[in-house]
Amino acid sequence: MSSVAERLSATGTANALELRGITRLFGALAALTDVTISVRPGERRAVLGSNGAGKTTLFNCITGDFLPTSGTIRFFGEDITSFPPHERIRRGLRRTYQISLLFKGLTVVDNVYLACRGVSRGRFSLLRPRRGDAIRAAAESLVEAVHLTGVRDRLVGELAYGQQRQLEIALALAGAPRFVLFDEPAAGLSPTERSELVEILTALPRHIGYVIIEHDMDVALRVVESVTMMHNGRIFKEGAPQEIEDDPEVQDLYLGGGHG
Amino acid sequence: MTDIPVPAPAAAAAPSASGLPAWLSAVHPAWWILGFLLLFMPAMAGDFVLVQIFGWSFILGMIALSLMFLGGYGGMVSLAQMTIAALAGYMAAVFGTSSVAEISLGLPWWIAVPIALSIATLFGVVVGALAVRTAGIYTIMITLAISAAFFYFALQNYEIFNGQRGFNGIRAPVAFGVDWRAPVPFYYLTLALAAASYLFVVYVGRAPFGLALQGIRDNARRMAAIGYNVTAHRIAAYAVASFIAGVAGILLTWQNGQISPGTAGIPAVIDILVIAVVGGLGHPIGPFLGALLYALLRTFALDVFSAFGFESTRFNLLVGVAFLVVVLASPDGLVGLWRRWRDRRRPAAKPSGGHR
Repeated sequence: MSSVAERLSATGTANALELRGITRLFGALAALTDVTISVRPGERRAVLGSNGAGKTTLFNCITGDFLPTSGTIRFFGEDITSFPPHERIRRGLRRTYQISLLFKGLTVVDNVYLACRGVSRGRFSLLRPRRGDAIRAAAESLVEAVHLTGVRDRLVGELAYGQQRQLEIALALAGAPRFVLFDEPAAGLSPTERSELVEILTALPRHIGYVIIEHDMDVALRVVESVTMMHNGRIFKEGAPQEIEDDPEVQDLYLGGGHG
Repeated sequence: MTDIPVPAPAAAAAPSASGLPAWLSAVHPAWWILGFLLLFMPAMAGDFVLVQIFGWSFILGMIALSLMFLGGYGGMVSLAQMTIAALAGYMAAVFGTSSVAEISLGLPWWIAVPIALSIATLFGVVVGALAVRTAGIYTIMITLAISAAFFYFALQNYEIFNGQRGFNGIRAPVAFGVDWRAPVPFYYLTLALAAASYLFVVYVGRAPFGLALQGIRDNARRMAAIGYNVTAHRIAAYAVASFIAGVAGILLTWQNGQISPGTAGIPAVIDILVIAVVGGLGHPIGPFLGALLYALLRTFALDVFSAFGFESTRFNLLVGVAFLVVVLASPDGLVGLWRRWRDRRRPAAKPSGGHR
């Protein structure tokens, strides 16, 4: 019976992301306490909160960079709580990192190629891709999509900061993502680069949902339909962007109080 | 990601302007000269130079190449490569023919060699499985510990490894009508296998497996976050490297005609690291350059030293100083030295990307 239910849930009735009672302790410090969140397929949500609120820890638990101390994580109905990161990624989960984690000794196109290859067969292939290889072509079009064609053969270590951030996003969009976690994608970007980022995010196909951690409210509230506020490792408020923005408690805690 | 137009096949098959296939005309002229020199070396050099300098360099170069594959591509410095090579040599002696008739099984080479290579590769996988969860200095320590353990085990085990004496009377076989123990055939045998390993490592460096390995070197955590099983990839790299080291280990045993614990002693283990670092971990040619320098110094340092009137027993001082000079002048070895020289000659040239 349960297998029927699982199959049903996998075909769309389940939430894209379903966190139940996630707690993460670092020694005596509780980085996350009893966090419960549901995100529908295709939903776009911002996670806001001051530094130390537990936002990045939440991402790390979802992608399996480390495991939660307790609680369960379901991805499109499947319990992935104890899966290693690569198994989660192969199921369509993606993420970007706050500080770019790129392959600096490789070229831009090779970085993206690795990401495309990582979610397809032939990861261990000893044969070079042939001319017209589909994965290679996918990598090329992704490089173009994030406006990096001009530097496709440059080593990533030589790229400007903004370009590295764009590449960071390209790596997260490789293959067929079903759900993406963006960790402060706008941090350190110029105003022009920020509007380019908003363009990239709003241009994503509708079926791709995401959660975005962003300090810049101008970016965050333009690209999401719901907001979760976190404070001291707990969920503080949830609602539509306008509700959160107008909430006096939120203003008091986050907008008014600064976030230094 | 679907229905991406494939470039017209005509473009793929079209020969370049010079009439040669594209991959052939892309080979730098220097490689043609080097290839020509190496192919016709037996016409110019005597047996001693062929086997003791070049043959030995090719063999040590292959062992160091297996370290370069792990270290340069994968960021894993393994001190177990000489040990894995020695295990292959030992197994070739145990399953093949040697003077120690009470241990050697006397199987023909075409059975003994594959068995020896399989055991060496398997051992490499075990070493890898133990080592890959560590990083940096800890990988070095754990592989060094394995090497030290193997040395003492071989020294004290008489049932399989014949203790201190090891095996002698191991010879390259007579096969396909050629006596491979003769200097000229043995030279070509080592040259062919060294060239094959070199080309394999260069080729794989641009294939998904090699690219992924370099990705793991640059950022293992991100590799997991784009779908790679980093542990499995690293262990697979150990398997590939151990196979190369194993081939070299068998050649080394054939060249020396013997194998004993000293072959895998700590000094020999360190020598492979020195060869790889002095040659340069940045490109697969580095280990061979390092090995040639090592073989030349090891062979001629004694003569040079006595010629200057120093006490000849201290000739290792010259070897050490020579390596020190290279590493001080160029932290990325002879390969780095050559790259900087080339870049200085062509200052306008674009920096090259990755391993090619």
